Amino acid sequence: MIIYELEDVRYDIESKKESRTILKVDHLSLQEGEIVGVIGPNGAGKSTLLKVMAFLLPPTTGKLTYRGQRINPGAVPMSVRHQLATVFQHSLLLDMDVFHNVALGLKFRKIDKVEQNRRVEQWLERFKVAHLARQHAHTLSGGEAQRVSLARALVVEPDILFLDEPFSALDFPTKVSLMEDLKQILKETKTTALFVSHDLMEVKYMTERLVVLIEGHKAQEGPTDAVIHQPNDQTAPFLNQWRQFIHSFSGRIGSPSLPY
Amino acid sequence: MGLIGEGLIKAVEMLLSGDPELLAITWLTLRVSLTATLISVIVGLPLGVLLGLVRFPGRKLLVTVINLGMGLPPVVAGLWVTLLLWRSGPLGQYALLYTPTAIIMAQVLVSLPIIIGLTTSTFQNINPQLIMQIRSLGASRWQLFIVLIREARLAILAAIMAGLGRVLAEVGASMMVGGNIKGETRILTTAMVMEVSKGNFDVAIALSFILMGLAFLITFALTSMQQRKRSA
Ligand SMILES: Nc1ncnc2c1ncn2[C@@H]1O[C@H](COP(=O)(O)OP(=O)(O)OP(=O)(O)O)[C@@H](O)[C@H]1O
Ligand SMILES: [Mg+2]
Repeated sequence: MIIYELEDVRYDIESKKESRTILKVDHLSLQEGEIVGVIGPNGAGKSTLLKVMAFLLPPTTGKLTYRGQRINPGAVPMSVRHQLATVFQHSLLLDMDVFHNVALGLKFRKIDKVEQNRRVEQWLERFKVAHLARQHAHTLSGGEAQRVSLARALVVEPDILFLDEPFSALDFPTKVSLMEDLKQILKETKTTALFVSHDLMEVKYMTERLVVLIEGHKAQEGPTDAVIHQPNDQTAPFLNQWRQFIHSFSGRIGSPSLPY
Repeated sequence: MGLIGEGLIKAVEMLLSGDPELLAITWLTLRVSLTATLISVIVGLPLGVLLGLVRFPGRKLLVTVINLGMGLPPVVAGLWVTLLLWRSGPLGQYALLYTPTAIIMAQVLVSLPIIIGLTTSTFQNINPQLIMQIRSLGASRWQLFIVLIREARLAILAAIMAGLGRVLAEVGASMMVGGNIKGETRILTTAMVMEVSKGNFDVAIALSFILMGLAFLITFALTSMQQRKRSA
């Protein structure tokens, strides 16, 4: 079932001299429970797309529908906001301890204290950071901080989770272990997710369906493996670069036991 | 021993004896300054947050005016309040000139721009990405405001200290609009000016001790609040 639909969305930035269209996507939808990847080079408009979809950035024009309800991006009902959560590349934790960071979304939803504590503890546990509950958030390592950031988003049990390059700032082993945990959790909770990345290995591991964004346009869309193996004219230059890299990489270290 | 030594001894005597007039002056100073600062914070904090976060036409001009206001000479503030409250002035009918209320008004005028100005620059520096992150977790506008205030609490407390410091130290405006009336509008700074002009250095020294003590205590309290161990 389609739970999110985006139609004819355009996002322009106006400066004094010029108006530039940085995003122009005619259609994109999310099926309940699926993980959709968005890949594209730097500056392709991936983050802009994600922010528009998460109702964090009103598009210049376009139609956004969430569970059958047409949403006016200028006046998103709180009840809709409460169904969504976003994780960004940088964990953006607040100046407080880990526990209270994770409790934020529950506080915003006025969930009672006992339930708050129960859920925060549960999600810290699931992301393997329960031992850090009382540690100040700004003293965490990058990997720990991103685990906390993911726990903070999932603790509200979002209907749709938006992920903007959540692993980009992590070193390789940290990235791999967190990706494995996140994928399992998303599957277990049947959470619908939009996963933005510029890393083909990440999207190959995380997603079932892939959208390739190039210069603000949807250049290709389809099952992740199909897109990777049959890039079209527009996406071939970008995707082939990645495939060559992965080949030479796995050739060099033998048969790798990567999650990709 | 001379002037300073005798002055010091007399000052300590006065302080220890708990002179009722001294107490009254101190109490009024505290009441007036804290009220003025409180009003400035209640009005200035939301305005500063707005100016720091929201872009609208005319914003730059407004920020410039406020920054100029941060250096507003207290006597000028006093003059404005006097004109406003003068018998034939716009608010003359309320007979507020030469009352503590008039002093509070003048002090708000000098501390409000400080609170607004420093809050504005603080919030202008908040990472927009952080604001987006907080909103994405389901915060309403009000909840976002509270979380950001908490996040910026160090800078906000510093702004409050700056505002309060200016109000406590200010004398020109209070003299002008309060009139330094014994038992009614006499505060520590205006009393000091008067005692010095009369040559009563011992009393002036005693007053200065109290003023510095107050400033120290309040700043100490705010600083320990500000520097409290990072906790939840
Ligand atoms: N507020 C803004 N003002 C000006 N330009 C912007 C703004 N936001 C985005 N852009 C521009 O829009 C384009 C797309 O940006 P966006 O952040 O969506 O790209 P991205 O695909 O997420 O890139 P990256 O992989 O580097 O994260 C970029 O060229 C960027 O410079
Ligand atoms: Mg991006």
